[in-house]
Amino acid sequence: MLGIIRRKIVTGGVPVSKFGDSLQKQSWVLSRCLSTAAKEITVREALNTALDEEMSADPKVFLMGEEVGEYDGAYKISKGLLEKYGPDRVIDTPITEAGFTGIGVGAAYHGLRPVIEFMTFNFSMQAIDHIINSAAKSNYMSAGQMNVPIVFRGPNGAAAGVGAQHSQCFAAWYASCPGLKVLSPYSSEDARGLLKAAIRDPDPVVFLENELLYGQSFPVSAEVLDSSFCLPIGKAKIEREGKDVTITAYSKMVGYALQAADILAKDGISAEVINLRSIRPLDRAAINASVRKTNRLVTVEEGFPQHGVGAEICASIVEESFGYLDAPVERIAGADVPMPYAANLERLAVPQVEDIVRAAKRTCYRSVAKAANA
Amino acid sequence: MAAFSAVKIFQPNPTAVRSSDNHNNKPFLLGSSSSFLQRSLKSRSPISSISPSRTFISAVSIQEDNKKSLSSSPLNSSSMMITKEEALELYEDMVLGRSFEDMCAQMYYRGKMFGFVHLYNGQEAVSSGFIKLLKREDSVVSTYRDHVHALSKGVPARSVMAELFGKATGCCRGQGGSMHMFSKEHNVLGGFAFIGEGIPIATGAAFTSKYRREVLKEQDVDHVTLAFFGDGTCNNGQFFECLNMAALWKLPIVFVVENNLWAIGMSHLRATSDPEIYKKGPAFKMPGVHVDGMDVLKVREVAKEAVERARRGDGPTLVECETYRFRGHSLADPDELRKPEEKEHYAARDPIVSLKKYLIENNLASESELKAIEKKIDEIIEEAVEFADASPHPPRSQLLENVFADPKGFGIGPDGRYRCEDPGFTQGTAQV
Repeated sequence: MLGIIRRKIVTGGVPVSKFGDSLQKQSWVLSRCLSTAAKEITVREALNTALDEEMSADPKVFLMGEEVGEYDGAYKISKGLLEKYGPDRVIDTPITEAGFTGIGVGAAYHGLRPVIEFMTFNFSMQAIDHIINSAAKSNYMSAGQMNVPIVFRGPNGAAAGVGAQHSQCFAAWYASCPGLKVLSPYSSEDARGLLKAAIRDPDPVVFLENELLYGQSFPVSAEVLDSSFCLPIGKAKIEREGKDVTITAYSKMVGYALQAADILAKDGISAEVINLRSIRPLDRAAINASVRKTNRLVTVEEGFPQHGVGAEICASIVEESFGYLDAPVERIAGADVPMPYAANLERLAVPQVEDIVRAAKRTCYRSVAKAANA
Repeated sequence: MAAFSAVKIFQPNPTAVRSSDNHNNKPFLLGSSSSFLQRSLKSRSPISSISPSRTFISAVSIQEDNKKSLSSSPLNSSSMMITKEEALELYEDMVLGRSFEDMCAQMYYRGKMFGFVHLYNGQEAVSSGFIKLLKREDSVVSTYRDHVHALSKGVPARSVMAELFGKATGCCRGQGGSMHMFSKEHNVLGGFAFIGEGIPIATGAAFTSKYRREVLKEQDVDHVTLAFFGDGTCNNGQFFECLNMAALWKLPIVFVVENNLWAIGMSHLRATSDPEIYKKGPAFKMPGVHVDGMDVLKVREVAKEAVERARRGDGPTLVECETYRFRGHSLADPDELRKPEEKEHYAARDPIVSLKKYLIENNLASESELKAIEKKIDEIIEEAVEFADASPHPPRSQLLENVFADPKGFGIGPDGRYRCEDPGFTQGTAQV
């Protein structure tokens, strides 16, 4: 109970953490310039330490999935946790997504706080019944008697060279389902703060990581490294301020958007980059406030375009800020095809930095060079 | 919990008798209103019409009847009748599988192929022992470890290699990749990258054969489907669901478990309450057979019986082949959890070396004949790599194709033209 109160204080401190964000950004810029100041950790370390600290803080938290124990996690996210917490709390399962996801949801009904790892989110398809029908709807159907504090986590989105079945983004799928919270971290700070928030949250959270970001290092402040650190669910982060065009992105695409913003700056276009962090609930307020300032919007996502995250953002802007738009919204998404295997086609099928640059220029009515041939 | 205890558990039961298929083989009765699947149940009505207690007893006796096991005869047992041609075909296919996979590893490390690449080394006796018995119309459904199944089924090495290189000349034009080998021509119904996923597909293929034969009344449809999967899959619900339906409907399918004892880093013994997988067959009223998967002649004997049983219309068989993969789960697997002693134990039982020894000792082939086969395979593999390397990448125009069966992928509009507009939102990403 004390722990819960402590958490409320921490997560309740939204203004403080917002203030922290801007401090954070300054130190990030500084560290980029000086490349010595702040400590850097990888996204993998951020997730590992977040799991470790939450398991240490609350014995009801346990980790379950394929290869999470003796193998240290298929992507080594749970490295060392079996040794530290033992096989009762770090549970290797057989290959039974439907089975172990269902067991996790059942455990959450009875007050435990399972963290269910999918080796990749592609495999969550085999258990989607448990995620949507068992986890997401129980609280409503039981009129609040049966909450389901569970985290479904694992790598999501386009990987490299693994073909159609292993390369896709599920953000829009899960974000369309009421009863779920859907988070998608980009940096180490996001990964730590959001995973801790997800584990402490009383509702089912789908936590979409990205395999290609696991090894990437990001500078982090002392505040981020503190075991009490936690980020609010449902709040986006302005990664870079700008005045000419708003670019929304999540996960790996935030990095691409930041690179695009660098290129645009050289052409005199000041882009504001919003890291969504939370896909559901979506921070409509932050997105609309930004568009009302810049009057232009480019949405970026890796997933399929139709009924995607970008589509939802466009709808929100049309509904709430239509009169502020100075140009049609540009929507950048993965190509509307299953992911091809061949490397050249694969590159064509996911958004690239140049795509974001071109789209942003179009919204600013600047001339755009034609895409190079593959 | 040594992995060696698995070896002990898996010893064939010497007391088990080999049954002749003496149960009801009646052709399906064509009722006027029931579905063809219901009719297959009716054909077994003598059991279902008697009292519950007798039903139970007879079920048990079927289970006993169906309990099969090969006597643990070594490779050179005289009961193994095989012609020289058959033996050399098996040898060639196994060497092809091994050399192809070794070349894949080389090409992977040279960056010619990418993503997940799961190699078949060590398990060749299963693929060759089963698939070489099939007709072209018979189907094979595989997993992510699918290169060698495709090769055994007759897909040319060059088109598998080109697929792995991501080239337009690959068997799926570079759109499938290592884990998704398809060849309609050879009835390779795909490599399926998810555990358990291929089993219902295979069961559906077998269902189709039966439907064509008994509902559409097509002649000469006696096609059999083989579903290949591993020990890890046998803990997955889809496995049980499909055993049940295949037995219930007497589908012409053989469930081939390639039990290599490890599901990535999860030991079979640590994942499964009863590690003797073949015993799950009788639970669904189908024969369960255990066979030494490192011995291609034994595999072939068991496969022959199972395939013939399916072809006759007597229903499915569950075959557990105890085998071992000589490499990690995939080329990205550090393979740290399997003990060196265990690897050595199985390396000493290399199925290709064993077959070679058998062929020479029984005067079925000379050293030089086998050398010639190996040389031929080397040339095929070299040619496959050269072909794949020289082949073009898929053209840009290929990106939006094949989403649907009609040629351009976005349907045909009321004006009769393909609706293949590049949607605006992919602009810059897919300007085709």
